[in-house]
Amino acid sequence: MDIAKEVLNGSRLALSRAITAVENEHDDAVDIMKKLYPHTGRAFVLGITGPPGAGKSTLTDKLAKEFRNRGKTVGIVAVDPTSPFSGGAILGDRIRMNELTLDEGVFIRSMGTRGSLGGLSRKTAEAVKIMDAFGKDVIFIETVGVGQSEVDIVSAADTTLVVLVPGLGDDIQAIKAGILEIGDVFAINKADREGADKLNIELNMMLDLDGNMNKQWRPPIKQTIAHQNEGVIELLETLEEHYEQLKSTGQLTTRRTERTKNELLNILKNEIGNYVLGKITESGQFDKLVKDVEGRMDDPYSVVNNIIKDMLK
Amino acid sequence: MEKRVRVLVAKPGLDGHDRGAKVVARALRDAGFEVIYTGLRQTPEQIAEAALQEDVNVIAMSILSGAHPHLFPKVVNLVKEKGMDDVLIIGGGVIPDSDIPALKAAGLAEVFTPGTTTSAIVEFIKANVK
Repeated sequence: MDIAKEVLNGSRLALSRAITAVENEHDDAVDIMKKLYPHTGRAFVLGITGPPGAGKSTLTDKLAKEFRNRGKTVGIVAVDPTSPFSGGAILGDRIRMNELTLDEGVFIRSMGTRGSLGGLSRKTAEAVKIMDAFGKDVIFIETVGVGQSEVDIVSAADTTLVVLVPGLGDDIQAIKAGILEIGDVFAINKADREGADKLNIELNMMLDLDGNMNKQWRPPIKQTIAHQNEGVIELLETLEEHYEQLKSTGQLTTRRTERTKNELLNILKNEIGNYVLGKITESGQFDKLVKDVEGRMDDPYSVVNNIIKDMLK
Repeated sequence: MEKRVRVLVAKPGLDGHDRGAKVVARALRDAGFEVIYTGLRQTPEQIAEAALQEDVNVIAMSILSGAHPHLFPKVVNLVKEKGMDDVLIIGGGVIPDSDIPALKAAGLAEVFTPGTTTSAIVEFIKANVK
């Protein structure tokens, strides 16, 4: 079957198979992406990140339902960690989303990180594109539970929601660099727990120090109790407001141009890397170069310079 | 080209005991499989649809309630109806030996009863997954 064509015709099985083809780097993966690419760029891509157990999946479930109430179709890419030892993974985000499974307007795909360290899986961006081409209006990317520095989500999503919970640390945590810098919107989930107001104050202080006074968008902080569906509608409207603001100020174009640039560079680096590596391993040159460098008869910088001079004339 | 076996672990029906399913899920993870764990009280429709969305190679179900003669074959049929012909479907739980031939005839590749080691399940999947 022509998978790309079937995806565009609305086949859910093809959508699923296309993601597998790309994730496992099947021979037809590039061809599928080529055909789908012209149909991408229409969906609102919403990133959801935060520490493990903050309620990302539950919040995603509730937000997705609310988008469905508003007539939007939804795609969800949920990322969980792959074991660095066995290569296996437990992908458990669907547990919180079981009610969405039989809604035909929702498609959920779980992905293991497979060695990627930035909070996403290696092929998250491609899975999002495939869902986008399929015609999903809103696509959620739920990251793995993050610590402080897994910030790849910023380059993958239009709007990034950082979900926090009370009780994880004192106010010095709030001035560190990392995930707290990437929120376009913050949610304090489990807001019925002690410490929610304190966290609210600390986040506000952090945002004040950012010099947000002069910015067009000061990240709003919303309180939610996801499992009781409290604060979800307000949060959703804030997320949409941010997206509208991105569009009206031209920032959406800026962000997406940046994304396209990175995408292009990544593919280019990959292809050139593979090409060059293929050539030098084929000729048996590579092992010799490694030995030379190891024996300090040559240095890696000169070696690379020479390879490039030879190959890219 | 990378091949990574994806397994849906599900608990169809109404019994609320998932310790066994969790132990199996963990063993499959340690064997290098990607395990999609969907939790308790799944309908056959939910299991089949989750299997489609996740494009799994294997569906592993556990039932302790006695509803296996009804629920296991139903999942097999729904999965086929969705056009997924190459999925390995296995079951486990408190299942009388006398029920097993009928379940296999209905399309279950294997049925694992109490006392099975997790490595036997892993080996079976490795040997039979398409």
